[in-house]
Order: sequence, then C-alpha cells, then structure tokens
Amino acid sequence: MSAPAAIQAQGLRKRYGATLAVDGVSFDVQDGEIFGLIGPNGAGKTTTMECVEGVRTPDEGRITVLGLDPVRDAYRLQLRVGVQLQEAQLQKRIKVREAVALWASLYRASVDPRQLLEQLGLGDKRDAWFMTLSGGQKQRLFIALALINDPELVFLDELTTGLDPQARRAIWDLVRGIRARGKTVFLTTHLMEEAERLCDRVAIIDHGRIVDIDSPAGLVRRHCPERTVLVTTADLEAEARLRLVPHVIVTRGDAGVVAIRGEADDLMTGVIQCLADHRIRVTDFRTVMPTLEDVFLKLTGHSVRG
Amino acid sequence: MRGLWNLTWLEIKIFVREPLGFVGTIIMPVLVFVALGRMMGGRIDSSERLRGYVGADLPVLIVMLIALNAVLSLVTIIAIYREGGILKRLRATPLRPHTILTAHVLVKLLFSVLTLMLMAAAGRRFYPVALDVPWLSFTAALLLTTISILSIGFLVASLVPTARFAQPIGSVLFYPMLGVSGLFVPVESLPSALQTASHVMPLTYAVSLLHGIWVGEAWSAHLGDVAVLVLVFAICTALSARVFRWE
Repeated sequence: MSAPAAIQAQGLRKRYGATLAVDGVSFDVQDGEIFGLIGPNGAGKTTTMECVEGVRTPDEGRITVLGLDPVRDAYRLQLRVGVQLQEAQLQKRIKVREAVALWASLYRASVDPRQLLEQLGLGDKRDAWFMTLSGGQKQRLFIALALINDPELVFLDELTTGLDPQARRAIWDLVRGIRARGKTVFLTTHLMEEAERLCDRVAIIDHGRIVDIDSPAGLVRRHCPERTVLVTTADLEAEARLRLVPHVIVTRGDAGVVAIRGEADDLMTGVIQCLADHRIRVTDFRTVMPTLEDVFLKLTGHSVRG
Repeated sequence: MRGLWNLTWLEIKIFVREPLGFVGTIIMPVLVFVALGRMMGGRIDSSERLRGYVGADLPVLIVMLIALNAVLSLVTIIAIYREGGILKRLRATPLRPHTILTAHVLVKLLFSVLTLMLMAAAGRRFYPVALDVPWLSFTAALLLTTISILSIGFLVASLVPTARFAQPIGSVLFYPMLGVSGLFVPVESLPSALQTASHVMPLTYAVSLLHGIWVGEAWSAHLGDVAVLVLVFAICTALSARVFRWE
C-alpha cells in the first residue's frame, strides 16, 4: 500500500466571468514530496493553489487536503498547514519579531520563533520594520510565518519571484530543508530551473489544464529524449567517422564544431569510443541536455515566458 | 476571537510608529484647540452667545469631527490593507475575519477616546466655561454614535475599489452629511430641500442625540435618534458582511 496522498484534487474548475481560469485540473500530492505546479503567468497556478488552500472555492471538483475538506474544515486545516501567498505584504511598520510572535500566538503548537528566525537568517533583523527588509528577507519572513506552526504541509506560491540568483539559491536550500524534516511541499513556479532543481514531481499547467505530470527527469526522458554532443575538432575526417556511431544524426557547424544528436542512453559512450578509436583530437567536448523548458515548449507549443 | 488582543495591541504600536498618524490625529487637534482657547479666552467670558457656543455647540462639533476622522482613517487603512494583500495574508491564518476588523475598530475607538480626554482636559484648563454635563450618559451616547458611524465607514471600506479613492470617497460622502446635520446651521433654518436631505442622513440623528444629551435632555426625548442609529448600525453591518472583499 502506498502512503496516503497529502492532497487529492479531482476535476477542479474555476471561472472568472467569461474566462475559465482552471479547467478540469486533477492531481495528487504524495506525503513527503516537493510537488510543483509549473506554467506561465496566468496559466491557473495560483487559482488552483488557492482552491487547495481553501482561500478560494472552486466552481466544480473535489479536494481533500490531509483528509479534510479545505472549505468546510478551513479552520481545522489551517492549524496543520503553512501558507505563503504570492505578492503578500505585511503592515509597513510591523517588526519581524512582532509578526512572528503574532503568528505564533494564533496556533496551538508553534516552533520557537527566535530559533526559526535564526534558521532563516533573519536573526539580526528581529527588530527591523517590514518595510525596511529586502525582497529576499521579506520572502524568508513569509516562509518563517508559513512554518511557525510546524505544519505537515506547506504551500509556497511563486516564492522566489523577483529575487536575485543568490537569494533564490538560499531559498531553495530552505525548501529542501523543509522536505528533509518530513514535510510535504506544494509550490508553484514559472521558473523551469527552479522546478527542475527543487521538485520531486511537477505538473505542467497551461490555459487552466494539466498537460502532464511526472518527475522532471521523467518528463524530459519521455518528451525530449534527444541529447546533443558538440565536439570541436580540426580533424576533417571526424564528421564521417562519427556518422558510424549507431542511431545518430551528425551535422557540421561553424568553426569545426560537429554536432552529434541521438536518443540512445549510450550516446556519449558511443561518441567517446569513436573519438578514441580513431584518435581524433578534440579541443572542446560539450553535451547539451534538454531541460524542462524544452519539454514545456514541446508540450504547449509556446515558451513558458510566452 | 483568538488573537484579538495581540492583534489590537500590535496595531496600536504600528499606529504610533506612523510619523503623521499620531501627531496628526491626536496632538494637532488638541494643540489647535488649546491655542484657540488661549486666543479668545477673554472674549468668552464677556459674550453670552459665545459662551453658549463654547458650552454646547463646540464640544459636539469636536466630537463629531473626531469620530469622522476615525471613520475616514479606518476606511483608508482597510483599503490599504486590502490593496497590499495584508488582509489576504491575515485571512489565511486562524484569525477569523471579524477578529481582524474588530481589532481595527478597537484601535480607532481607543485613539478617539484618548483625543477626547485630552480635549476635555484642555477645555477645562483653557476655556473659562463651567460645564455641567451628564458625562456617563454622554459617553454612552458617544459610543453608540461612533459605532454607528464606524459601521457606515465599514460599508464604504467594503466598497471602495482602491486605497487611493478611499479617503476622497469617504470625505465626499461624510462631509456633506455633516453639513446638513444641524451641526453648523440648525436644521430648521436650512432650505426645505436640504431639510429633507438632512432627515435621511444618519449623522443628523447622531448630532441631535449628542447635542441633546450634552445639554442635559433625557434619553426618552431622543428614542427616535437612538432607533435610527441602531438601525443604521444593523443595516450597514449586515450589508458589509455580504459585500466585503478581502482582495
């Protein structure tokens, strides 16, 4: 028997006026995994997440979160989950420690606020006003607020949007830390790199529909299995020799670059073997792996930045 | 009402940190009041009419202005909190919606009472007019009035689209109401069209009640005012509960 799903969503639909923001979305989030809902802005990520959080009521569909109904059992559920909302703000002049103390007072169980702030690197910002924090610090504070009740399930909506790469990496480490403590994380992002690095499984959503669900590596393997090896060499024989590697397409580019494309798992081994057998001298050897970005493009026909 | 006291206390601290908030809403009105009293101190003694004004009309005017100020700032704060996503963030916690709103009303009431007490102390010290006012009754009347006006403010706060419009819409709504309320000109001396307008404005009944109780009239003479204010409170609260938007 598999572990019970932390979230089960069946056939969610949500309409705003004439637009169908979420159109029949179904997915499960397993206990203890980081699950990502990925897609461009306006694809229906936040609406879906807010329906699961109980902040919004879907027009149709069934949702179970930790065995509860997010709308009917809203207050019971809130004690067991942590929420970080997209583009949220706090009072401009609230101090970091005041916000954390207020949140801690609202829940029956709470982790030590001081220790939590230390963990999130906000120890020296305890007395700072919210308005004086940088974007990364604000996000970390919101993560702190989402974690204050030691939740079993954490919702993170576009948590690194607008952050610089360094702050982003620090937040990724934090999220992995949440999973390492046995929690389940449900996040949305429009950054494919974020999804690829962070998520155990992702659901690609576009125009309110889920296109596919799998691990990032699984999606790449199934939809974009082709890899490319780029070899730079002055050897004029190289192109012809490399064509002998089974199941590859070889093309010659500028400046002595030969591209060898193929879908086989042993593509690299084959190329290396060939280069060694024929003593071909190479000055550069690169591999290009398809990413989630490529999968997205292939499945939806447009770039995620659309 | 879990978290009500924590949140109220926090909002009090945040309000005091607002550079213009505390000075603008509390210190400034009191200073102006004191300065006026000093400037015309001698004249009040010699003029019967002025004495009547300072003894009854001025206090009610002050009370109404403070109540309106509280309402307008409540409308603005709710609008800012909504626009900034603060309401939405608070709502995704075990805080019940009415707890969040009650906390703001309590903060506004507290600072209104504080301003009024300072005004009363300043009046006693700087205005040479002996006041014989049924304080307990007046406090009760004031509480009823303020809560009733705050509920109108809440309805406005539920409906204003953005924070930028909150203050102007509130002002456009409330100040004309105040103009025909009998506070500046007795209702009977208004043109008949304005008299009709006056009779449908809740503030008219607030002014009538406050003024009556201040000069020592009995509650029984103002049951109509009380009924209207309670009705306004009930209607506005029920309506805003239906139309209030969190984002």
